[in-house]
Amino acid sequence: MTMRQRFYGLAAEALDEHPHVAMVFAEIGVGEMPKHPRMFNVGIREQLMIGVAAGLALEGYRPVVHSYTPFVVERPYEQIKLDLGHQDVGAVLVSTGASYDSAYSGRTHQAPEDVAVISALPGWTVHVPGHPDELETLFTRALANDDRVYIRMSDESNHAPVRGDGLVVLREGSDAAPLVVAVGPTLGPTLAATAELDATVAYLATVRPFDAEGLRAAFRGTDVVLVEPYLVGTSSAEVSRALSDRPHRLLALGVPNAEFRHYGEAAEHRAAHGLDAAGIRASLDRFESGADPRRRL
Amino acid sequence: MAIAQHLGYDDLPALMTRLTGDEKHDWSSLSTLDVLWVLYDRVLTADDRFLLSKGHGPAAYYAVLAAKGFIPVEGLDGFGTFDSPLGYHPDRVIAPGVEISSGSLGHGLGIAVGRALAGRRTFCLVGNGELDEGSNWEAVQWAGRIGLGALTAVVVDNHSSTYHWPGGVEQRFILEGWDGVRVDGRDHEALEAAFRHEVAEQPRCIVADVRRPS
Repeated sequence: MTMRQRFYGLAAEALDEHPHVAMVFAEIGVGEMPKHPRMFNVGIREQLMIGVAAGLALEGYRPVVHSYTPFVVERPYEQIKLDLGHQDVGAVLVSTGASYDSAYSGRTHQAPEDVAVISALPGWTVHVPGHPDELETLFTRALANDDRVYIRMSDESNHAPVRGDGLVVLREGSDAAPLVVAVGPTLGPTLAATAELDATVAYLATVRPFDAEGLRAAFRGTDVVLVEPYLVGTSSAEVSRALSDRPHRLLALGVPNAEFRHYGEAAEHRAAHGLDAAGIRASLDRFESGADPRRRL
Repeated sequence: MAIAQHLGYDDLPALMTRLTGDEKHDWSSLSTLDVLWVLYDRVLTADDRFLLSKGHGPAAYYAVLAAKGFIPVEGLDGFGTFDSPLGYHPDRVIAPGVEISSGSLGHGLGIAVGRALAGRRTFCLVGNGELDEGSNWEAVQWAGRIGLGALTAVVVDNHSSTYHWPGGVEQRFILEGWDGVRVDGRDHEALEAAFRHEVAEQPRCIVADVRRPS
């Protein structure tokens, strides 16, 4: 079952179990949801979707907003900034269609910059679950709070969920080994890429606030490799801030900031962006050999 | 700080002079003054919400809030200064009595729809120029189609928008399923009657016509 399918089930349950929870959708996903007095479909009106969520939050409800990534994050961006943030109210924004999930749809249905632009606004918690079970944990927790939460769902999923909050170290390398931080669904290819290497591998499903303490605790050598499934470098500044007093080198992997005019399959895009196991391994090898990893571009 | 409780309409010019230091201004020409006064003096109850969507030129709003005891009168003096809670566009988090932060046009109606959906009787003031923003029409369309009776939009029409609304802006609300009426925006009795005219399962648009005296 995909994260998206799991989400609709969880959302329907939440409506029944929590009288303060309300859903605000804009057509996308409505067919997957039961009819309910607090399940609102505003039609194809994403600015209104956020405004309505804000109004409900101001009246004490916990709104859950859901749409395809570009239409929940970018189209109503000023509403996210002002109707939620500036009014000082919260909502749970749940996107589907991550980065290149919808490769065949083209650029209009892709927003790999989602985490970067949400992170540019104050007070947001950003979750990047790597497995439907993680989605369930993070979504359930988000419903119990009243803050601003963005959950980035993806069609990509790791084989198994990771237990634990913050930065979770999954494999210890030697003291000199690079610290490889895999975010959300990049864990599978990252584990495959590092299987034969001396590396410490850690996992992160919540990228804002960034677990600086966890990163510092796990960091023992000189090198950090950040593997993010969205815009390359989205969390580089967080890593630099966390390690500002420690000499380090940072390699950031992710989706390039470019108009990528190809359709096809998600797997083809993953490979083209160097985010499959072979691509991550190649970048790691170049980085560890001292070669400039940008040279391949 | 002392809170004034019994200031009236005739006290508003003095309150606005405190805000701006301008003693010569003909405050009665302000387009929103009468609408705000009638709402706060005669219509709104403690259970209602009033959202100033347009946010611009909030002197009349702050003056009315001060007259009604939400803002201490002496608090008006520092308007727009670093430590004042009262800025050129209102911030609900720091300004007493203010129910939404506004200033960027076209945000209030969407939030008002959410509050009204929650069952709250909600009045939202928008400007005729502000209605250029497409986001308003997302709210107007949907509120009309679902018959959101708890919502009232008050359009202060000072005929200032560059491209105008041929046939009257209220026609666009009516077409979308709203009850719509145009009244003299200086006539307190007419405004009050319009605000009190509720229609079951239909949002209401009251256009307050405030054509500037020539």
